[in-house]
Amino acid sequence: MSWMTEYVRPKLRGLLKREVPDNLWSNCAGCGQMVLNKDLERTRKVCPHCGHHMRALVGERLAWTFDDGAFTRIELPKVPVDPLGFRDQKRYTDRLKDARAKTHLDESMAVAHGKIGGHDAVVAVMAFEFMAGTMGAALGEAFLTAARLAVLQKAPLIVFTASGGARMQEGMVSLMQMPRTTIGVQMLREAGVPYIVVLTNPTTGGVTASFAMLGDVQIAEPDALIGFAGPRVIQDTVRETLPEGFQRSEYLLDHGMIDLIASRGELPEVLGRLIGLLNVRNLPVAQAA
Amino acid sequence: MASGATVLMANAMRQFLDFEKSVAELETKIDELRQMSGSEGVNIADEVGRLSEKAEKQLRGIYGKLTPAQKVQVARHAQRPHAQDYIRALITEFTPLAGDRLSAEDKAVVGGVGRFEGQPVVVIGTERGSDLETRLVHNFGMARPEGYRKAQRLVELAARFGLPILTFVDTAGAWPGIDAEQRGQAEAIARSIDVFLNAPVPVIVTVIGEGGSGGAVALGAGDRILMLEHAIYSVISPEACASILWRDPKQAPTAAEALRLTAQDLLELGLIDRIIPEPLGGAQREPAKALETVRKAIAAELPELLGLEPALLRARRREKFLAMGREAVT
Ligand SMILES: [Zn+2]
Repeated sequence: MSWMTEYVRPKLRGLLKREVPDNLWSNCAGCGQMVLNKDLERTRKVCPHCGHHMRALVGERLAWTFDDGAFTRIELPKVPVDPLGFRDQKRYTDRLKDARAKTHLDESMAVAHGKIGGHDAVVAVMAFEFMAGTMGAALGEAFLTAARLAVLQKAPLIVFTASGGARMQEGMVSLMQMPRTTIGVQMLREAGVPYIVVLTNPTTGGVTASFAMLGDVQIAEPDALIGFAGPRVIQDTVRETLPEGFQRSEYLLDHGMIDLIASRGELPEVLGRLIGLLNVRNLPVAQAA
Repeated sequence: MASGATVLMANAMRQFLDFEKSVAELETKIDELRQMSGSEGVNIADEVGRLSEKAEKQLRGIYGKLTPAQKVQVARHAQRPHAQDYIRALITEFTPLAGDRLSAEDKAVVGGVGRFEGQPVVVIGTERGSDLETRLVHNFGMARPEGYRKAQRLVELAARFGLPILTFVDTAGAWPGIDAEQRGQAEAIARSIDVFLNAPVPVIVTVIGEGGSGGAVALGAGDRILMLEHAIYSVISPEACASILWRDPKQAPTAAEALRLTAQDLLELGLIDRIIPEPLGGAQREPAKALETVRKAIAAELPELLGLEPALLRARRREKFLAMGREAVT
């Protein structure tokens, strides 16, 4: 369910004056209650009634993460578009065009740098709103660019993941982004630069099975769906009822797969603290640069 | 997870695919003639020869222009040599090594140490099994986290003793089960890719049948990626792709075409290094010949890699993957 579908026209709209915008209220997918969008801005799209973390857009995520919401976006390299000449019921190039028009994004990952808790940091954010955050060559190249920038700045890389998996329309080029992004993680490791993953709802498929599970520290937002296979695929295969809370952040924490769960409100502080603790070796150099 | 190979008839021991119908009919006729000659001493050599020639000509025609969907069927053919067949044929002194040292032994991944052409090596493969019983033992070649962790352990063993690694990939994909997710399937695959990319020893990957998505790439990050002529390697099965993008599993042949999952496509896209030719009618028709061709192909790649310093080997492996699909990057 995308953020857009979480918008509903409130029933009392008819009672309100004309100049009131349609999107004054949102309906929480967690508890079903109506929430004032003005309040959601303040809570970073966390439902004040039940704590449900609604899906965040790339711009929001960047603004919430960096100190004072100040950051510099990085221009990302262009990659060959549509390597297979793929067409299903629609041309892949048309799907890309539509996604760009709808999201005003180039691709499913954006990269920026700035300060978190006073420390230099590079942040890569996946855009679920762009073709379900699927991983193709552009995302692979974006991740590698973020890793190189982090190495260059001797600053940590923080990645926010949200993905439906591989970009099928790029076939094996998509699958090969698993080793390619893993090389990016290795470059960070060799440079002694911390790599922190924040898993957000949902993170599945080839993204989970590559850079998203290789962080020095693995953080998840509450109640995020995180897994390799999607729940429906698993259900179809094993024909069993899935356990309560299966593949959710809390389940992964219980099974030893992640380090901690942080709510959106706590996250900047947690990130700043971790960077301060982990990036000791390179801090003087980063300051000098 | 069905094999997808439509078995038209199994005369004697051979299983035919639906598009091999004409060949199957000819060979049934040949078998009948041979039985006649055996029992009554009738000389039918000429007729058998004529029919055999005709069957071969038809096979040549069919296999000369297999569609991607037909290749999917051939790649999954039950009678193709599987990982353990390659190990038996190519590796002497083979000593299987079991377990992930954490909790379990996953038989979907087979591996151990042995010699390839006299050179001590570590071998790792995904094994599908060849009959119902062995398929169940090997979980149809679909590994759990334990399987990938066992592979990682074997890579580390290889690194410690400087042994090159040969992998044989043949899997529909990683096992999508509750237990697998619970124990970290995604992390296990990610870590495998990581460990293979870091291996300070040569890694030669051979896709012998089906290279299914993340479960295949977990054993696929090598210095050389070889594929059998009719093997496939894909980000998603054509059936699943058709269900999602066409909303119709019957469009699987169309999806197979669009995904460009054949060895020929992938060589053209610069994603694999070499195609290993198969015997006429596929590896399943003449397994012994196929095994031998694979031996020669690996033997041709290994010496050059053995001469490289670990650091250079790793750097080149990285460059190889970094260059994939990037030629027009600006
Ligand atoms: Zn709520």
